[in-house]
Parts: sequence; C-alpha cells; structure tokens
Amino acid sequence: MITFEDIVKPENLVYEKTSLMTDKALSYCPGCGHGTAHRIIMEVIEELGLEENTIGVAPVGCSVLAYEFMNIDMTQAAHGRAPAVATGIKRTWPDKIVFTYQGDGDLAAIGTAETIHACNRGEKFVIIFVNNGIYGMTGGQMAPTTLPGMKSSTSPYGRDIETMGNPLKITELVAQLPGTYFVTRQAVHTPAAVRKAKKAIKKAFENQRDDKHGLSFVEIVSNCNSGWKMTPTDSNKWMEENMFPYYPMGDIKVDGKLVK
Amino acid sequence: MGELKLMKGNEALAEAAIRAGADAYFGYPITPQSEVIEYLMSEKPYERTGMVVLQAESEVAAINMIYGAAGAGKRVITSSSSPGISLKQEGISYISGAELPCVYANVVRGGPGLGTIQPSQADYFQSVKGGGHGDYKQIVLAPASVQEMSDFVKLGFELAFKYRIAVLILSDGVIGQMMEKVELFDQMPRLTDEEIYEKFPWATTGKKKGTERRIITSLDLDSHKMEEHNHHLQRKYKTIMENEVRSEAIHCDDAEYIFVAYGSSARIAQKAVDMARAKGIKAGLIRLITLFPFPEKQLQAFCKQGVKGFLAVEMSAGQMVEDVRLSVAGCAKVQHYGRFGGIIHSPEEVLRAMEQQIIGG
Amino acid sequence: MTEEIIIAGFGGQGVLSMGKILAYSGIMQDQEVSWMPSYGPEMRGGTANVTVIISDERVSSPILTRFDTGIILNQQSMDKFEGSVKPGGVLLYDPNGITRHPERTDIDVYQIEGARLSAEMGNTKIFNMVILGAYMKVKPIVLLENVIKGLKKSLPERYHTLIPLNEDAIRLGMKNVVRKTA
Repeated sequence: MITFEDIVKPENLVYEKTSLMTDKALSYCPGCGHGTAHRIIMEVIEELGLEENTIGVAPVGCSVLAYEFMNIDMTQAAHGRAPAVATGIKRTWPDKIVFTYQGDGDLAAIGTAETIHACNRGEKFVIIFVNNGIYGMTGGQMAPTTLPGMKSSTSPYGRDIETMGNPLKITELVAQLPGTYFVTRQAVHTPAAVRKAKKAIKKAFENQRDDKHGLSFVEIVSNCNSGWKMTPTDSNKWMEENMFPYYPMGDIKVDGKLVK
Repeated sequence: MGELKLMKGNEALAEAAIRAGADAYFGYPITPQSEVIEYLMSEKPYERTGMVVLQAESEVAAINMIYGAAGAGKRVITSSSSPGISLKQEGISYISGAELPCVYANVVRGGPGLGTIQPSQADYFQSVKGGGHGDYKQIVLAPASVQEMSDFVKLGFELAFKYRIAVLILSDGVIGQMMEKVELFDQMPRLTDEEIYEKFPWATTGKKKGTERRIITSLDLDSHKMEEHNHHLQRKYKTIMENEVRSEAIHCDDAEYIFVAYGSSARIAQKAVDMARAKGIKAGLIRLITLFPFPEKQLQAFCKQGVKGFLAVEMSAGQMVEDVRLSVAGCAKVQHYGRFGGIIHSPEEVLRAMEQQIIGG
Repeated sequence: MTEEIIIAGFGGQGVLSMGKILAYSGIMQDQEVSWMPSYGPEMRGGTANVTVIISDERVSSPILTRFDTGIILNQQSMDKFEGSVKPGGVLLYDPNGITRHPERTDIDVYQIEGARLSAEMGNTKIFNMVILGAYMKVKPIVLLENVIKGLKKSLPERYHTLIPLNEDAIRLGMKNVVRKTA
C-alpha cells in the first residue's frame, strides 16, 4: 500500500506555496480572485529576491487584511490613502521596493486624488488595482467601476448612468499621465490569464527595482461572486462577457509609451 | 551659544525641522503657515541634510505620507492651519491607533469653516479632546514665542519617539507670523539606515529572513484585542500625564489673581500682569506649555496658596477654561475672557476683564 | 528700557522691512525684540502696519493698542493710530498725502519729508530709510553702527553694495526731521 510518506518527497514536488504567503486561511470568499492575485505578487517578490527590501501597503476593502496573508512588512492605510502612504515610504526609503494593493472603491472613488497625484508625480512604486465592480467588504454596494445597468445594494434596479454616473476607466486615465511608466490591465480567472498577469506584475516590480522613471500600474479585473450573487464559474463567465468589453485586457502603456 | 537670527515663527519651525534631523516634511500650503513649506523649499534641505520636502495634493495626502514614512521609522513633520488640520484628523487618528511618532503644527486661524486667516485659539478642543475618532490623546505643546517654535520641534521629536505618539505644536497666527530673536540649535544628524533598523524594530523596513514581519495597522477585528490595545494606549497616556507636564508660573508666588493662558494669549496676559502690578493688583500668570498633559496639579497648588480667582484668557469662546474649572474644582472663581473669530484681545481688555469679572465681580 | 513702536502706511512703502531693520538692529545691540505685522489681504497693495518692540527685558505682548512711538505714513494710518500714541509719546509722520495733520498736544509731533527727500535723491526705494533716520534722531535707541550691522546680517550678500546708499538716506532723515510741537 502506498502511504502519504511515499508520495510527499522532494523529487515528487510539482508545486510549492511561496513562503511569502502565510499559513493563515484566506478570508476571501471561495471563488474570489484576491487569493490568486496575492499569491502571484508574493511569488514575483520571491522570484526577484526582493522580500527583505519590500514594504506593502494594504487598503480598506476586502483586502484590508492583506497583511495577514502576505508574509512581508506591511502598512495598513486609511481608505483610499494607500498611494499617499506609499509615497511617504518610498520618498524616505528610495532604495526599498514599495507597492500598494487596492480595490476599486479605494483607488477609484475615495482615493482618486491620491491615485492620480501619485501617478502624476511619477512616484517610483507599484500599484496593484483589483477591480471587481463592486464594494465586496461592506456587502455589495455600487463601486465607481460598477457597469451600467449592473445591480448592487445601492443600485438595486441597476446602475442608472443618468443619475449615478458612468463607470470610471481610471486605468486609461492614469495612462495619460506623464508620470506613469507601465500601465496594464490583466485578469486571474484562468491559468493562462494568471500566467500573463504574473508576467505583468513581474515587469512592474522590475521597473521599480531598476529605478525606471515613473509608476507601474497593474489593474486586475476580477470577479466578486458573492457580491454579484453568482456561482464562481458563472461569475467568471459573466466577467468575460460584460466586464472585459468595458475594461479590455492588455497593456496600455509600456516603457512610458502608450501602446493602445 | 547657537546662531542668533530674526525669524518668523513659521520660518523658525521650518529651520528647526531641518536642524532636528527630520527625514521629511510633507505639507500643503494654507495661510497663515505657508512660510513653513516656502522656507523649506527655498532652503533646499535635500542638499543640506538629505531631508525630503514634498508639496502634497492635499492635507489628507500629506498626513498619510507622514503615516507611511513614520511607520517605516522615519522622523517626519507636517504643518497646516485650522481647516487643513481638520482634514488631517483621519490620519492623526490612524497614527494614534498605530502608535506612530510624528510632529505636526497647527498655526491656528479663526473658524468655524473657512473662517478667517487671522489668529485664533479656537482649536483647543480639537487638539486636546480628540479631533479624530476614537479614544486617543496626543501631546500638545503650545509655543508662546518664536524661540519655542524652534525648540518645540526638537522637544516634539524627542517626545514623539519616546512614547510613539503624535506631538502637536499648537501655535497661532500671531506666533507664526511674528518675528523675534531666535537662537537656533545646532544641526543634528539624520539617523542612518542602520540606526533606524536598530532603534525601531517595529518599523516596516523590509522583513529580514528568519524574522517576524512588521505590520503597521490600527485595525483589529477582535474586540477583546482592541480593548486590550486601548488599555495599553490609556496606560501610556497616564504615564505621559505623570511625567510630561510643563508650565511656567510668572509672578505667581504672592498672587491673589491668576491669568491662565497659553500661546500668544499668554504673552498678552503677561503684559496685563505687569499693568496690574503697576496698579497694585497682585496678579500672576500661569502659562500652559503642555495642553495635554494639562497642568492640573500646578493649578490645584494655587488653591492651597489662597488664590482668589482665575481668569482663563484664550482667543476662543471658552474652551481651555473648562479644563481650568475641572482642575481647580471650585476652590476659587474661574472666568473666561477672550476675543475670537480672528480678533486679538489687548492687554488692556484682559486686565479690565480681570478687574470686572474676578476682582469686582 | 522698552520701546513700543507702530509703523503704519501703504503696502510698498517699506513699512514691514523698516520694522525688520529696526528689530535686527535691536538684536545687534543685545536687546530683545518682536516684530508683528498685520497680515492678510491688506498686504497686497492696501495699508500695512507693523508693531516693533525693542526692550532690555523679555518682550511680553507683541500685540499692543498703545505705543511709545507712532510712525505714520498715510492718512488712513493717521486716522487709525494718532490716538494710539501714549501721552508723552512721539508721533513721527511724513506730510506727503496727509490732509489732516495731527492735532494732539499731549505728545511730541515730528515731521519728516521722506517722500520728497527720497525723490530728490532719485531713489524712492530708500524712502523708508529716510524715515528710519528721522526716527533714530528723535529716539536714539538703536545706534547707526548697529543698524548697519543689522543690514549686513539681514540682506543677501549681493545687496551689500547698497548699504552706503542706505546709510546716506538714514543721515538725510536724521538731518531733516523737524519738531512740530512746541
């Protein structure tokens, strides 16, 4: 009979969790993209050997507890202020690697000023922006990125753009600013998408490591199956059909030049 | 003796920040304290000491830059005036919750709202009773001269790092805008990276292999842990109340009537004391230097001395006077006098108030 | 000794800088000083005034309503501050643009034609130094040598060549100040 010990041997290892993720169980809903996004960021930091030099900034939102899962030094910021907090760290520790991890409400509503000005100043850190079109943490309220007609607890009859405004394409907006060096939009809902997203995140951190001139901004369009009230699989399908046309995948700005 | 200069209070504060070895100033212009960032920008401290100066997009951003850098073990300072300080309150609450050291100055102007750009002391409640949300305190230093605008930056950093607490230099338009002789303290070196690693093991400077990661946060969803954290904060505030009270008694030894004041009002009241003494009235002044911790015992001692009355003089509708009343607990008459909304009371008015409200009243 | 002075006039007349030079001179002779301006919208082209205190002791209130000396350089300031000079004090003014001359008899009134004299010197920028000279003659509290020292300390090096011109203006003011009261 084959025992557990027979299988768990170094030569049989096909995948290992990065040591930069803690052993704490993720607090995210099953099917949510945050866990994957966390993991690939931590993998990139580990692969680039930056862990001893990296400070992360967690937002307010579902990922408010990101510091419980990311096994690196982290600062938890007030709602929307992560880019200002990161500016304070990076300006006083220019040789450290600094990144923020923010959701759509944090980055594109309450923190719009901090986001735009950090991008415009060309702060040399990385912003990871997870956009799921809804406020997950507080129970499914409308986000700045909620699609037209999309239902949420504060747009129960669907987002009416006449009275509630349009979804904000903040990623396209920051790409226009001379201070951004790399702006891209990715997803983490399929293995292929995860691989591409990880490559983009790696490029963002390499830009910072190599002291490139400006901020690297990676949007990850993600699902919120709980908030959208769907199964995880349905939510991913819905995301592809509805979110991706409005928030198209791919690089927008590379090496300081617009490519889209 | 240090270098002597004629400087505005705001300029002295800025120069002191450089000399105190600050790593960064983050701020946003607002009258009557814009000279702070203007002076820093013109002095090029990044060439003198390597200090960073950044004009943020708002007071909200500035205080969060302070939060980030302070959490990473840096010596950082910001300044603003009343409406801008209101905007900073969110950050101050987070800084207090996360127990980060920092120094910030409020060069107070008249309010509420946009108010006026003229001097005021109407932000006392905001400074000592909270301002932001939650049960927290900050050390509040009240400079009454340009000299103290400089000295309190150095003292402020000492206290901020001793207790891991926000230290507020509560100034006003008079102290910020006037020029006086100031003796500048010698340049102190900024801490090296290694010194920061060694002195501040709690700071987020990058997790070394085999060590525990550092987290700067004010959040704990476990209420029991949050209550324990609050107990810890309250114990710290108690230690501060026991050890850091500062005040100055002027002509109080034989005084029957005492002015209680801080900042520019203390200067005005001091003149009123001189005028009172010239008229044969035994008046004195207790000048409050720390507003939190409040010099409660110092005021109580006057009760035993047989003081007949206290006049709280402040450019507000009566804020500090409440703490004076609480301190002396009915042992003597306590009244308030003050002009506000940007009007500064004169020594004559202050003396008249003492004569009418306390002595004759 | 404590000397409490109000200097008041139009923005652009050099009111604030004259006060600053006085304060610096006080420091040069080891005295305590304070300089408290009116600030705000009136800085921009309207009236400007500054309270300067020079004392052998620690200065108490930098804000005053009564002054040992009033230096008054326009009509608005005359209306506002003539009454603020302490009995027995000094009021020094430039008659240029004054339509109502001081009327008080319990103070010493002096006149200096600063505007005319500086125009004759061909440099209206030294107007405030002419006024300063007149004040120094009437109230010899700050010494000329300390004023020069103060100028050297407060002016950027590139302006030091202007110090002799300033000194001439001060002397001109000293020479031309006229007592108006008996």
